[in-house]
Amino acid sequence: LCTPAVGAAAESLPGDRARAARTVLDQVVLPGEELLLPEQEDAEGPGGPGERPLRLNAGTRSRGRVVCGPGLRRCGDRLLVTKCGRLRHKEPGGGSGGGVYWVDSQQKRYVPVKGDHVIGIVTAKSGDIFKVDVGGSEPASLSYLAFEGATKRNRPNVQIGDLIYGQFVVANKDMEPEMVCIDSCGRASGMGVIGQDGLLFKVTLGLIRKLLAPDCEILQEVGKLYPLEIVFGMNGRIWVKAKTIQQTLILANILEACEHMTADQRKQIFSRLAES
Amino acid sequence: MEGALPADAKTCAESGTESGPRGPGCSLRHFACEQNLLSRPDGSASFLQGVAEKSRERLIRNTCEAVVLGTLHPRTSITVVLQVVSDAGSLLACCLNAACMALVDAGVPMRALFCGVTCALNSDGTLVLDPTAKQEKEARAVLTFALDSVERKLLMSTTKGLYSAAELQQCLAAAQAASQHVFRFYRESLQRRYSKS
Repeated sequence: LCTPAVGAAAESLPGDRARAARTVLDQVVLPGEELLLPEQEDAEGPGGPGERPLRLNAGTRSRGRVVCGPGLRRCGDRLLVTKCGRLRHKEPGGGSGGGVYWVDSQQKRYVPVKGDHVIGIVTAKSGDIFKVDVGGSEPASLSYLAFEGATKRNRPNVQIGDLIYGQFVVANKDMEPEMVCIDSCGRASGMGVIGQDGLLFKVTLGLIRKLLAPDCEILQEVGKLYPLEIVFGMNGRIWVKAKTIQQTLILANILEACEHMTADQRKQIFSRLAES
Repeated sequence: MEGALPADAKTCAESGTESGPRGPGCSLRHFACEQNLLSRPDGSASFLQGVAEKSRERLIRNTCEAVVLGTLHPRTSITVVLQVVSDAGSLLACCLNAACMALVDAGVPMRALFCGVTCALNSDGTLVLDPTAKQEKEARAVLTFALDSVERKLLMSTTKGLYSAAELQQCLAAAQAASQHVFRFYRESLQRRYSKS
C-alpha cells in the first residue's frame, strides 16, 4: 500500500462525535464511544451548548437519575462505553428515575457483584472461615455461621471440594468478596451445600443471563425432556443432575451448545432426543 | 548473580562478576556478567544490562496499560500472551491489534480501542504502509505507531533507522489515516460476532 506524502493532520472522522444513547439501543457499541443522555440532547439544540432551551410542553417525563450499569462509566456529563456489546435500556418500573442503561457483553470471566447468586467450590477451611473459589480474581470467604441453623456448637457439614450455592454480601474492587448461604431473614431459600453427584460445568456469563431471563423457553423444554435438578450460578457455572449419568451428560451438552444454536436447531435436537 | 550492592563493592564468585556505578557522574544501570556458560564453544559470555525485559513486550505492555482501566481491578494482574503463527512483516503492529482484540474479548474495561500501524520509508523518500518483511529489510527506516480509537492520538511509537522530522510527521499522518480502516474492521468483526447471538 503506497500513499503519496500527506502533509496536513488527519481530518476529523464522522462518527467520532458522541451519539444519543437512545439512537444506539440494541446496537453494538465499542469501548471509547461516548453516549449522550436524553437531558444532554436538549442542550445540543439551538442556543448553543450550555444554554438549556425552556420546554413549555407538559409531555416531558420526569427525568430522574439514570443508572449507569455494567460496561458504562460516567465521564463528565456523558456515558463512556468501556466494554464491547449491545447497549440495552430498561425503563424505570416505579416511574422514578430515568431507567438503567447497560452493555450486554459476552464474557467468560466473572467479576463478583453484590447480591449475585453464585456456585463456588470450597478450597480451604481456616479457623471459622471457608475459602470458596467463585471464578473471580480472589477466593470469597464464607463464615461457618452463615448457614441456616448453624451455631457455634452446631457446625455445618462442609468439606473441601464441596459445591456451595450462595450470594455475595460484600463484593467490590477494594475488598475480598464475602458470601453467605442465608438470606436477610436467616432462611436458606435454596442456598447451601449442593448435594452429591451431578455435574458442574462452565459456560459464558451471557448464556446464564439468557437462560435465567423470565421469557426463556430453553429451560421449559429441557424440563419436559428429563426430570432434572439444576442450579445456575451467575459466575458462569451450572450444576445439573438427572436420573442417570448419560442423561446428565446429554443435558450438559445441550446447555453448552445453546449458546451457538438458533431456536430451530434447538427444537430439532429436542424433538430427536424426545423420540429416542 | 545479582544483588543489592554498595556503590563501589565488587564481588567475584566462580565465573561471574558484578559491578555497580563506578563513581560520581556515571549513570549506568546495574549490570551483571557471566563467562564460560557453554561447554562446546571455545568461549562464551552473557552480559545483562538493566532490567531483563525485552523491548517489544514492554511496548505492548505500555500501550495496554495506557488504555485499560486498571483502577477497576486493583491487586489484579492481566496477562496477555501473544503467539506468533507466522511473521510476514509489520509484526509489532499485528501484535498490538491482536492484543486489543483479545482484551475486548475478555471483557477487560478499556477507555478506548487501539491499533498498530507500521510505516516503512524507502531511500527515495516514498512511504509504504504495512510493509512486508522484504520491504522492511530494504527500507531506510521503519516506524511503528499505536493509535487510540477516540481521537487517533498517538499512544506509542517505536522507530528504527534514519528519517527527518518532516518525514516523521508524514508517516504519523498516514498512519492515522490508515488506522481508520483498522478500526472499521474491528467494528465489523465485532458486529459479526454479536449478530450470531
